[in-house]
Amino acid sequence: MNMTPSALEISGLSIASSDKLLVKGVNLAVKPREILALAGESGSGKSMTARAVVSLLPPGVRRLSGSIRLGGDDLTAMADADLRKVRGKRVGMVLQEPLSSLNPAMRIGDQLVEALLWHEKLSRREARQRAIAMLERVRIDDAEALLRAYPHEFSGGMRQRIMLASVFLLKPELIIADEPTTALDALAQREVLDLMVELGRDSGAAVLLITHNLALANRYADSLAVMNNGDIVESGQARAVLAAPAQPYTRKLVEAVPRRSEAAVPAPRADGDPLLSVRGLSVEYPARGGASVAAKRALDDVSFDAWKGEFIGVVGGSGSGKTTLGRAIMGLVSPSSGSVRFVGEPLSMPRSPAFRARTQMIFQDPYSSLDPRRKLVDAVADPLRHEADLSAAERRDRANALLEKVGLGGFGERLPHQLSGGQRQRVAIARALVREPDLVVADEPTSALDMTIQAQILVLLQTLQAERGFTCLFISHDLAAIEQVASRALVMDGGRVVETGDAGMIFAHPAHQFTRALVEASPRF
Amino acid sequence: MSRAMLSISRLNLWLGGAAALALAVVVILGANPFAQDPFTVDLALRLGKPSMQHWFGTDEFGRDILARTAHGALISSGIALSTVLLATAVGGAIGVVAGFLRGWADRAWMILIDALLAFPGILLALALVAVFGASRWGIIGALTLAYIPIVARVVRGATLSLREKEFIEAARVSGDDAVTIMLRHVVPNLAGPVLVLMTSMFGWVLLSESALSFLGVGISPPAPTWGNMLAAARPHLDVAPHLAIVPGLCITAAVLAVNLLGDALRDYLDPRSRL
Repeated sequence: MNMTPSALEISGLSIASSDKLLVKGVNLAVKPREILALAGESGSGKSMTARAVVSLLPPGVRRLSGSIRLGGDDLTAMADADLRKVRGKRVGMVLQEPLSSLNPAMRIGDQLVEALLWHEKLSRREARQRAIAMLERVRIDDAEALLRAYPHEFSGGMRQRIMLASVFLLKPELIIADEPTTALDALAQREVLDLMVELGRDSGAAVLLITHNLALANRYADSLAVMNNGDIVESGQARAVLAAPAQPYTRKLVEAVPRRSEAAVPAPRADGDPLLSVRGLSVEYPARGGASVAAKRALDDVSFDAWKGEFIGVVGGSGSGKTTLGRAIMGLVSPSSGSVRFVGEPLSMPRSPAFRARTQMIFQDPYSSLDPRRKLVDAVADPLRHEADLSAAERRDRANALLEKVGLGGFGERLPHQLSGGQRQRVAIARALVREPDLVVADEPTSALDMTIQAQILVLLQTLQAERGFTCLFISHDLAAIEQVASRALVMDGGRVVETGDAGMIFAHPAHQFTRALVEASPRF
Repeated sequence: MSRAMLSISRLNLWLGGAAALALAVVVILGANPFAQDPFTVDLALRLGKPSMQHWFGTDEFGRDILARTAHGALISSGIALSTVLLATAVGGAIGVVAGFLRGWADRAWMILIDALLAFPGILLALALVAVFGASRWGIIGALTLAYIPIVARVVRGATLSLREKEFIEAARVSGDDAVTIMLRHVVPNLAGPVLVLMTSMFGWVLLSESALSFLGVGISPPAPTWGNMLAAARPHLDVAPHLAIVPGLCITAAVLAVNLLGDALRDYLDPRSRL
């Protein structure tokens, strides 16, 4: 160990809410220029630890004991007024959702300049010059024009880069990045994190990276601390820990990282007639602001076939049209041209009851995909109302049986808010399968979940698919998840399918440049 | 839910309950068969101060204010309750259908609603009372029409955000038609905001009814309402302030009671409050 003084040193930090100990005597140190990844699942206390550094704990949660030193100053002994000078100036925060951390009603320029003026004695003109220089530094062309723009005019990745610019503008000693790229696709994620590492190295700032994604820690962090239930269970040099985890909990996390498995469902033979046949499907969203603006083409001339029992992965970045593809097949959006055939029959809008009976969908956000006022058994039994010959009791029995199948036996009388995200997604899967459909479209079913829960849901979906033999269209921006479950993959970019074929082959030998970029950007072990 | 929020909900229940209880006591004291008659005129006792015989005093015709307040309570709150229920039913239906179906139905309804909203509510009610006549049902009809646009607007907004939720799409994907989705998934989830709106509206309607009476187009004397009692008290404010204070306090207590109890009911109905 060398003797460089730490930028941030946390010792014996304990945090509690009114009824529970959230963080139990945590010790952490980050040196200047170092990136420390603090990894763990939701509720592990990693975000609480980070929030305690800037004294921004949620109401009802307080620090019980411990000291937090920033470059030698004890932050826990500081008055509020002094703390406000620390936040932003000495400690920069990058949060998960860039749209809500930038003020939507203020121009980008005003937000950047305001922060500079608040913390430093500068003229408006000087502050503006500094802001422009910084935006150019984060590789934003035409920084002048950008200063006049509002946050909603940019994509998530771009907003996060602007956020980085605004944070590094004040030359902080410490950056706290709390899941900074969880809302972004693989390509934007790589761009943002590469930039953060570069800016951190250049400015000499220490970086505390809070993440649930171990593959990210493996790629970007120098050191790693793994948290579980408020304790740091393992820490050390990041790659060393991940290569040979000493603790069972760390091992469990490492094993949950999706990876290519030989056990993935073998592609069923593509003979006979396809179950689903998509030809030249295009979807256009009408442009706002009159006829002068061209309509946005979300889906552009997509064609593919899916046979019975296939597990097809659809992968692409945000805005690639993958979600629109799933929604167009299910008849939730109207196509502007092209056709969809299901068991040979052309489909019309609105979709027929016969089609609804044989197809289902699993949604991304388990917090909005269940009616908050309906009990789980009713939520799962609801689709069965369309089966004419079932009594209410029979419907409930079938719903309960399926709930048990997805590992939620005895949960039928509960309401959605009493469940965790992973449990809710299990309910959503049960609801999708209750009528024994032939086709299930799963739209990012795991992207809102923790790593270990993600792994469980993937395995559950895989098992049920193998057992029941439905065709699954699995839509995801997560290449690793697709590789784990899918036998065949469609790679989408800009509304088109740019590459298609056997999943293992495509990702081992990507032919299209977009696929190559995606494979390269996806962090893995 | 945190302990602090629970105790606020509890406090709402207590305070609202206390206000409602106070009103109930007034009604029981004033409207029972053994109490004074609200219509008996006694000119010798004009503008009488509170006494053993007339607890809240007497008005400009010597009628018992307690009895009139109690009878007024029944008429005023009956008007307010009917108006709120009718406006919620009609405005809610318009809001749900317009917000859920979008398209031309939404456009057409909202143009109509916006046109109605362009008039100040009380002005609209005044004009409508002139049409319907100043009977009890005339006033209810006028106030209902005046309040429908507000309900429709709020419900439509809430429906617009609900219809984008994935559980609505899940119902659609499983083959439910629009009517089923609206009744099964949209309406129950509107309960929270609509309940808050209804309780606030109860207060507004009480005040509107008072204002109409005050302007002389409300329920006509001798039938008492809180509004026309207030109006009648105006010329005598300097010598007999209790004429205004009693119905005024009743309006305050009623608005307070309904709002606080409404908040408590909303918290109780919120599925997240049950663990």
